[in-house]
Amino acid sequence: MAIQAKGEYPVIMMDSVDKFHGNQLVYVGWDKHKLINSAMAFPLPPAMPFKALVHEVMPSCYKDHPDFEKVVWDDSVIWRLNGEEFTPDFEKSLEDNGIDHKSLVRFETPNLTGINGVGM
Amino acid sequence: MTMSTQKRKKRLNMKDKYKYMTRLGWETTYQDMDDVFPEDKFEGIKIHDWEAWEDPFRMTMDAYWKYQGEKDKKLYAIIDAFAQNNGQKNITDARYVSALKLFLTGVSPLEYQAHRGFANIARAFRGDGPRVACQMQAIDELRHVQTQVHTLSHYNKYFNGFSEWTHWHDNVWYLSVPKSFFDDARAAGPFEFIIAIGFSFEYVLTNLLFVPFMSGAAYNGDMATVTFGFSAQSDEARHMTLGLQAIKFLLEQDPDNVPIVQKWIDKWTWRGYKVLGLVSAMMDYMLPESPQSWKEAWELYFEQNTVALFKDLERYGITVPDCAATIKAEKEHISHQVWMTLYTHNAAAPFHTWIPDEKKMDWLSEKYPETFDKYYRPVYEHWNKLEKEGKRYYSEMLPQLCQTCQLPMLATEVEKGEPTQIAHRHTMYNGERFHFCSDHCKDIFEDEPEKFIQSWLPVHQIFQGNCGGATLPEVLKWYKVEFGQDNLDYVGSQDEKMWKEWKGEA
Repeated sequence: MAIQAKGEYPVIMMDSVDKFHGNQLVYVGWDKHKLINSAMAFPLPPAMPFKALVHEVMPSCYKDHPDFEKVVWDDSVIWRLNGEEFTPDFEKSLEDNGIDHKSLVRFETPNLTGINGVGM
Repeated sequence: MTMSTQKRKKRLNMKDKYKYMTRLGWETTYQDMDDVFPEDKFEGIKIHDWEAWEDPFRMTMDAYWKYQGEKDKKLYAIIDAFAQNNGQKNITDARYVSALKLFLTGVSPLEYQAHRGFANIARAFRGDGPRVACQMQAIDELRHVQTQVHTLSHYNKYFNGFSEWTHWHDNVWYLSVPKSFFDDARAAGPFEFIIAIGFSFEYVLTNLLFVPFMSGAAYNGDMATVTFGFSAQSDEARHMTLGLQAIKFLLEQDPDNVPIVQKWIDKWTWRGYKVLGLVSAMMDYMLPESPQSWKEAWELYFEQNTVALFKDLERYGITVPDCAATIKAEKEHISHQVWMTLYTHNAAAPFHTWIPDEKKMDWLSEKYPETFDKYYRPVYEHWNKLEKEGKRYYSEMLPQLCQTCQLPMLATEVEKGEPTQIAHRHTMYNGERFHFCSDHCKDIFEDEPEKFIQSWLPVHQIFQGNCGGATLPEVLKWYKVEFGQDNLDYVGSQDEKMWKEWKGEA
């Protein structure tokens, strides 16, 4: 649907990638670990290697969950990019992993069940 | 001159006086009526008989000033007495004051927005009955914001977290939730505005906003706030009448109006509920003595009272909004999820949060038997342990926000039986991805994407460099939030220190 308006309604992209000084927005969410109570937002260079996202960026918020130090970054981790399962290449950049502006990267750690074992 | 010899004319009776003082409309002949009233057709609402919408207030200005003046006199006498008796020392606990900080920064500015919005639609409608009624409500709303500011200014003398309330409303991250709610309504056409604010907010949701704050004030010894609540109450009754009259008028005028009105009811019930998320946390956590839980309030004011109202609207083809089922499912979770978020991000918010004490946790267990002990108590116990070790948890990172409601993405898949899984929805528009906390927020966006792509999302604005800088001290400076005074945990705050001195516990 388009907006009902009296006249022309301008299309103004408030958060287009050109406004982020060479960075792009990337959101990261940890499934069923609600102690970190929302997905987090980061402005990151598209050329950043995926491993830097995991080992340098993600600890800044997930270190606050006691499960985080127990995560083993092997095949047991299920990754989702914008809702679709995907297998990231840790050596490649965000861009080359298909992670574009305003992408949501989610990870699930089935072996870790969070606070009280209920996904908190 | 023959004046002195003329017989003085008889005074008008009330009915004629009302008629002559408020019936100010006429069919224009020099100008097309559509040019004089250019805003009341583009939304697609069809009106055949404007005379069918009567002014429900039926007051003239002289009567109005007299009536409101009496109420103001009583209110200000009580506020003076409260100040002279140091009423701020008689509240249950200084934690309570955070509820007032939330009210002044999050709710009072909405009264002002309502004033501006009703003044605007008072010009937009071509029927003179609703024009007069909306003008009256606009003046009421201005009185409400003034009485609230006057009352709460007393607390500003003693407590942090009040001083920059207008600046905070316009700029601080969580306040973009109520601000964007009203910006959305005021940027809509006049019919959507009156359904959004006059019906969905005033009629369907206002009890969930005002009753908790006012009964919360009464339970916690804050007579000043109770008084401005009472002073507004008789106005609110008139506003609810106008809202109900508006919706019935639209529905009776043309069957084509029904689906448009239904869409607005669906949208604004959900938008209002997301704003009330902040109120739910206030009710369940900020009040040292809680008169009722969020869940109980929702059951009473929505599931019982409002559903009865929708029964009354059924004959027009209006149904209870779909989102009511989602809200019902979330009622055992929302207040806890919002409080966790406020606790986590309290470094960037000008009020205090804290870990609930044992007594409060037991109350929460009793009120939320299905969820509190299983999901939320263990979290507070974990954070409490960190706090005891001197490692009080504050998030160093910024949350992802919903494009529509602007809350952090904290809502979970409760309806799907996964209450600890954050709900994520997205859609594409003009080559860009947009993210939402729920199907309802996604639907609202997709109905008017041109509007919601313009959301001023605080987190994105910080990253764009529009909020003073990239670090917390820079952003706080831009927010005008004094670090260590206005923000952080209640424990260790200046508010706590002063309170303990007052109570001889220091």
